Amino acid sequence: MSGNMNLTLKVWRQKNNNAEGKLVNYQVKDISPDMSFLEMMDVLNEQLIVKGDEPIAFDHDCREGICGMCSLYINGRPHGPKDRVTTCQLHMRSFEDGQTITIEPWRAAPFPIVKDLAVNRSAFDRIIASGGYVSVNTGNAQDANSLPIGKEDADLSFAAAACIGCGACVAACKNASAMLFVSAKVSQLALLPQGQPERYLRVHNMVAKMDEEGFGNCTNTGACEAECPKGISLSNIARMNRDYFVAGFASDN
Amino acid sequence: MGITGLFLISFLMVHCFLNSLIFINDGGETFNLGAEFMAKNWLIRAMEIVLFGGLLWHIIQAAILTRENKKARPVAYAASNPSANSKWYSRSMGLLGTILLIFLIIHLRHFWVVSRFTDEITSGRETLFNEMKEVFSQLWVVILYCLAMVSLGYHLLHGFKSAFQTLGWNHVKYNAIIEKTGVIISIVLPVLFAAMPIAIYMGLIK
Amino acid sequence: MSILDAKIPEGTLEQKWTKFRSSVPLVNPANKRNLEVIVVGSGLAGASAAASLAELGYKVKVFCFQDSPRRAHSIAAQGGINAAKNYQNDGDSVYRLFYDTIKGGDYRSREANVYRLAEVSSGIIDQCVAQGVPFAREYGGMLSNRSFGGTQVQRTFYAAGQTGQQLLLGAYSSLERQIGMGAVKMYARHEMLETVTIDGKCRGIIARDLTTGKLERHFGHAVLLCTGGYGNVFYLSTNAMGSNVTAAWKAHKKGAHFANPCFTQIHPTCIPVSGDHQSKLTLMSESLRNDGRIWVPKKAGDTRKPIDIPEEERDYYLERRYPAFGNLVPRDVASRAAKERCDAGFGVGASKMAVYLDFAFNMDRYGKIEASKKGLENPDAHTIRELGKGVVKEKYGNLFDMYQQITGENPYEMPMRIYPAVHYTMGGLWVDYNLMTTVPGLYALGEANFSDHGANRLGASALMQGLADGYFVIPYTIGSYLSKEISTKSIDTNHEAFTKAEQEVQEKLTKLLAIKGTKSVDYFHKKLGKIIWNECGMSRTEAGLKKSIEDVRALQKEFWSDVIVPGTADEFNPELEKAGRVADFLELGELMCIDALDRNESCGGHFREEFQTEDGEALRDDEKYAYVAAWEFKGQNQFELHKEELKYENIKIAQRSYK
Ligand SMILES: Cc1cc2nc3c(=O)[nH]c(=O)nc-3n(C[C@H](O)[C@H](O)[C@H](O)COP(=O)(O)OP(=O)(O)OC[C@H]3O[C@@H](n4cnc5c(N)ncnc54)[C@H](O)[C@@H]3O)c2cc1C
Ligand code: HEM
Ligand code: SF4
Ligand code: FES
Repeated sequence: MSGNMNLTLKVWRQKNNNAEGKLVNYQVKDISPDMSFLEMMDVLNEQLIVKGDEPIAFDHDCREGICGMCSLYINGRPHGPKDRVTTCQLHMRSFEDGQTITIEPWRAAPFPIVKDLAVNRSAFDRIIASGGYVSVNTGNAQDANSLPIGKEDADLSFAAAACIGCGACVAACKNASAMLFVSAKVSQLALLPQGQPERYLRVHNMVAKMDEEGFGNCTNTGACEAECPKGISLSNIARMNRDYFVAGFASDN
Repeated sequence: MGITGLFLISFLMVHCFLNSLIFINDGGETFNLGAEFMAKNWLIRAMEIVLFGGLLWHIIQAAILTRENKKARPVAYAASNPSANSKWYSRSMGLLGTILLIFLIIHLRHFWVVSRFTDEITSGRETLFNEMKEVFSQLWVVILYCLAMVSLGYHLLHGFKSAFQTLGWNHVKYNAIIEKTGVIISIVLPVLFAAMPIAIYMGLIK
Repeated sequence: MSILDAKIPEGTLEQKWTKFRSSVPLVNPANKRNLEVIVVGSGLAGASAAASLAELGYKVKVFCFQDSPRRAHSIAAQGGINAAKNYQNDGDSVYRLFYDTIKGGDYRSREANVYRLAEVSSGIIDQCVAQGVPFAREYGGMLSNRSFGGTQVQRTFYAAGQTGQQLLLGAYSSLERQIGMGAVKMYARHEMLETVTIDGKCRGIIARDLTTGKLERHFGHAVLLCTGGYGNVFYLSTNAMGSNVTAAWKAHKKGAHFANPCFTQIHPTCIPVSGDHQSKLTLMSESLRNDGRIWVPKKAGDTRKPIDIPEEERDYYLERRYPAFGNLVPRDVASRAAKERCDAGFGVGASKMAVYLDFAFNMDRYGKIEASKKGLENPDAHTIRELGKGVVKEKYGNLFDMYQQITGENPYEMPMRIYPAVHYTMGGLWVDYNLMTTVPGLYALGEANFSDHGANRLGASALMQGLADGYFVIPYTIGSYLSKEISTKSIDTNHEAFTKAEQEVQEKLTKLLAIKGTKSVDYFHKKLGKIIWNECGMSRTEAGLKKSIEDVRALQKEFWSDVIVPGTADEFNPELEKAGRVADFLELGELMCIDALDRNESCGGHFREEFQTEDGEALRDDEKYAYVAAWEFKGQNQFELHKEELKYENIKIAQRSYK
C-alpha cells in the first residue's frame, strides 16, 4: 500500500566524525501518511541501496518510543514537529505533500557524530556511572513492602524515571545543556527513601561529571521540557539545583 | 547568576522607588533629600561597592556562561526552529544584557559620576534633580532610555523566574506566584524608569 | 540421538535449590579477581548478571550492539513482572506460581527450573525496589498488583505501561555503578560474531566494533549469552529492529544445542498491520485485558462503527468460550481464538484482520467508583465516562497514546483494533539446571535460553526469568564451573583458536560485501518472514512445513547470490550488520520448520492443524512428545535431534483447560 505524498529531503551526510559533512537533497515519492517517519527513511534507503549508493545511517531500535535510540533533528526540532513523541513514533500524517524536510543529527560537542545522522551519546552513560544509582548489591534488599512510599512521591519519582535518555533535551537547548536528563535521574532517586543515603553525594558527582563531559550551562529557556518526548518536567531541574546547593554547603569537598 | 541577578533586581527596586519621588512633583525637593541621604550614608556607600561588585560578577558570569555554552555546540544547525520551544527573550539574555551594559555606562556617566566624582552636587551648586532635567532635555537620551528599559523588561521577564529556578526555589504551590511577581516587576520597573525621562522631556515634572 | 542430562540436583522439589546453593563449590574473593567473565547482552538478564558478578568480584566485560546498555530490548516490556509475594492475600504461593507456569507452558518445561524461578521471584521485587525502581503503589504506600493472563491471582507488579523500562534502568544503574568502579568494562556498539572454543571449553568471543568496523578478540573464563529472543525471524514482530539470533546461532554452530526452536509466542493484542511499508508491530500490553473486553460483531462482515453495534449483537467470544478465565486466557489460546474469528469472516477494520478491545464497560465501572468516592449523587453518563477515562489514563496512558500515535484513532472514544503478532520465543539455546549450554563454559540466560516457559510463556514472566537468571541463579551456578578454573591463566588472544575464529568472521563479512547482487537485505528478510509467518506461525501443517523448508533453502541460495550490501567492513555500516543477522535468520528459519514438522502434536504456541480436539483446542501427545527437542548443528542444512525427557514428579500432567 503506497501513498501519495512526494517530499524533498535535505539530509546531513557525514562519513565519520573526522570527515566534513553537508546537506544532500533527496526526493521520495508515494509516501503513505500512515508510515512512520523512519519507515519513510527506510523507503529512501531502499532506493539508495538498489541504486548502489550508500544508505543514510541513523540510530533506531525499538521503534515504539521507549528505547531512546532514535534521534533525528527534523525541520529545526528534535524528534520533529509533534510534541511529546519520539522520531520513531512520528508519522507522515504530520507532514504535507510537497514539503521540504531538513534532517540533521543531534548537535553537541559531547555527542560526536558516528556517521550521517547517528551520534555517540555515551556521555550520558558516564554521567549515570558517576552516581545515578542506589548502591545496593544484589541480595542486600529487605522486603519490598517494608518501605511504604506515598503514592504522590512514588508517582513523581516515576514521572522523572520515564526519561528514555534520548538526548533531545540537549539537542533542543541552545546551550546543549544536559540538565533535564541529569535532573530526571537525580530527582527520581531524591524523591524515594532508597535514594536518601547518597542523595547529596550523587548530585555533586553527577553534576561534576556533566560539566566535565562538556555540556553547556542551563539558562532556563525551557526548550528541553518543550521538546522532551516523555514530558520530563523543569521542576526536576529546580530540585536538582536545590540539592546541589545543599550538597555544596554540606559536603566536605 | 541567580544570586547576583536577584541582588541587582533588589537594587533596581530601591533605585526605582527613590527616583519615583520625582513624581511627587514638588520641584525635586523630596527627591533631592533622598539623593542626599543616599550620597552621605556610609552604609549606602558601602552597598554601592557591593553593588558594583555584584554587577561586575554578574557580567563576568554572563561572559563565562556565554563562552562555555558556545563551545558546547560547535556546529550550528542548518535549520533551526527555536521559537517552537522557547521565548526569544529567554534565548537573548546576553544581547539584552549587553544593551543594558551600554546603557549603564552612559547612565552612570550622566548621574553617578556627576554626583560622586565632581563636586557639582556636594558643593550645592547643582542638585541631582536639575542634572536630571538637563540630561533628559535631549531627545536621543530619552529614546535611549526607553529602548534600554524595553531590554530591561525582557531581561527581567526571563531573569526573575529563571533566578528562582536556578536557586531551586520552586514549589508547585508558589510557582504561580513567582511567575506573576516576575511579570509585574518586569513591567512596573521599566515603565516607571522610562516614565521619568519621558515626563521630564515633556515638561510634566516641574 | 542422545539423551541430555539436565544436571537437576537431587532431593524434593522444595529442597533442590536450597541444597544446591549451600553445597555448590565457592570461589574465594582473591581468585574471583583473576577470573574473567564475558557477558554478551545488556538486557535484564545481561545487566543483572554482569552487575551481580562484578559485585562478587569477578572481572566482567559486557557487550551490546546498541549505543548504550540501557537500550536493550527489555526496555520495551510494558505490562509487568510476576512474583509470588502474595501481597494481595489472594492465595498466591511459590507452588501456585510454579504450577501456573508449568500449566501455562502446556507441560513442556522443566519442573526444577520453574520451581526455582518461582522461589527466587519475590527476591527480585525486593532487589528492584531497593534500587529505586518506582513500581506503582497504592495510597497507603504499599505496592500495587494487577492480573495477567493464565492466572487467577493478582501477582503482577508494574510501573504504568513501562515496567520493562523501569526494571532495566534499575539493572542498568547497578551495571553503570560497577562500570564506574572499574569492575565492569562496557563495550557498547559492539556485536559478538563468534565464540571461541579452546580444548572443548568456551574461552572467548570475536566482536566487531560497529563504529570502526574493527574485529576484536576477547578472552573470558566463561561466556554468558544474554542476547534475547529471535522473534525477528518473522520480520514483523514486536521486537526491536536490532533483535537477532546471531549470537545464539553462532554458538549453536559451534556446538551449543538449540532447543524447541518452533516454540514461538504470538501475542494476541497488537496493533494490526496497516500496510507493506510496515517495519515492525507494536504490542498493546496484556495488562489491557484486565480492563478491556474482546469482541467481534455477531454478523460476519458487519461494517457499522463499533459504537453503533448494540450490546446483543456483539460476540464476546473469549468470555463465551472460556467462562472461567474469560478475557484472561493465556496468549496462545487468545491468539488462536482471534485468528479463528477473523478467518471465519467476523474480523473488523479495513483489513478485516482485527478484533475489538473495548474499554467502555470498565471505564464506566471505574467512573462509578470514582463518582461515589467523590460523593457525586446520580452523576450523568457523561460524567461517569469522563471520570472513568481518568482512571484508565492513569493505568495505561502511555499505551493509549501510543495507539493513537500509530493509528490516528482515539482509543478513549473507540475500541482499539487488535490482532495477534509475534512477540516472544520460548525456544532458545538448550541449557542445564546451571544455565550452561552443551558447550562447557558457555551459558545462556534470559530469553536466549529455552528453559522455563515450555511451549507457551505466561505474561509477566519473561522479565521475572531474565532477572532471576541474572541476579539470583548465575551468581551461584557459575561457581560450580569457575571453581575448577581458578588455575587457568588468562589465555593470550594471539592463540590460534582466536586467530581462526577471527578469520572466519572476516571471511564471512568479505563474502557478504562481495556478492553485490540486486536485492536489499530487507527484501530477503521480508520474504523469509512471510514464509515463516504463513507456515510456522499461529497454525502449522505437515504439508506447509515441508514446503516451507524447501522455500527457505531456496531463499538462502538466492540470498548468498543476489543480496546487495553497500559500503565497506571498516566503517559504521548498519546494512552489513543487518545482512549478517538475516543470514543467520535464514538458517534458523529452516530449523524452526524442521522442529515444527518433527513435533507431531499441538502444544502451547505450537498448533498443528492435524492435532486438535473437537472444539479446536490444542491436542498434546504426552506419550511421545513430553521432551525438549535439542538440535545439534551437523553442517550446513543438517541438524540432529537430541531429547531431554521431561519428568513430572510433582504436577499431574493434564489436558490444559481454561474453561
Ligand atoms: C513489546 C514487548 C513487551 C513485553 N512485555 C513483557 C512484559 O510485560 N512482561 C514480561 O515478563 N515480558 C515481556 N516481554 C518479554 C521480555 O521483555 C523479554 O523476553 C526480555 O526482556 C528479554 O530480556 P533479555 O535480557 O533476555 O534480552 P534483551 O533485553 O533482548 O537483551 C538482549 C541484549 O543482547 C544484546 N545482543 C544481542 N545480540 C548481540 C550480539 N550479537 N552481540 C552483542 N550484543 C548482542 C543486545 O544489545 C541487548 O543488550 C515483552 C517483550 C516485548 C517485545
Ligand atoms: C540592571 C541590571 C541587571 C539585572 C537586574 C539583571 C538581572 C538578571 C537576572 C535576575 C538574571 C537571571 C539569573 C538566573 O537565571 O540565574 C540575569 C541573567 C543574565 N544576565 Fe542579567 N541583569 C542585569 C544586567 C545584566 C548585564 C549588564 C548583562 C550583560 C553584560 C547581563 C547578562 C545576563 C546574562 C547573560 C544572564 C544569564 C542568562 C540566563 O540565565 O538566562 N545582565 N540577569
Ligand atoms: S529528559 Fe527527555 S529529552 Fe532529555 S534524554 Fe530524557 S527523555 Fe530525552
Ligand atoms: S527507536 Fe526506540 S525510541 Fe525511537
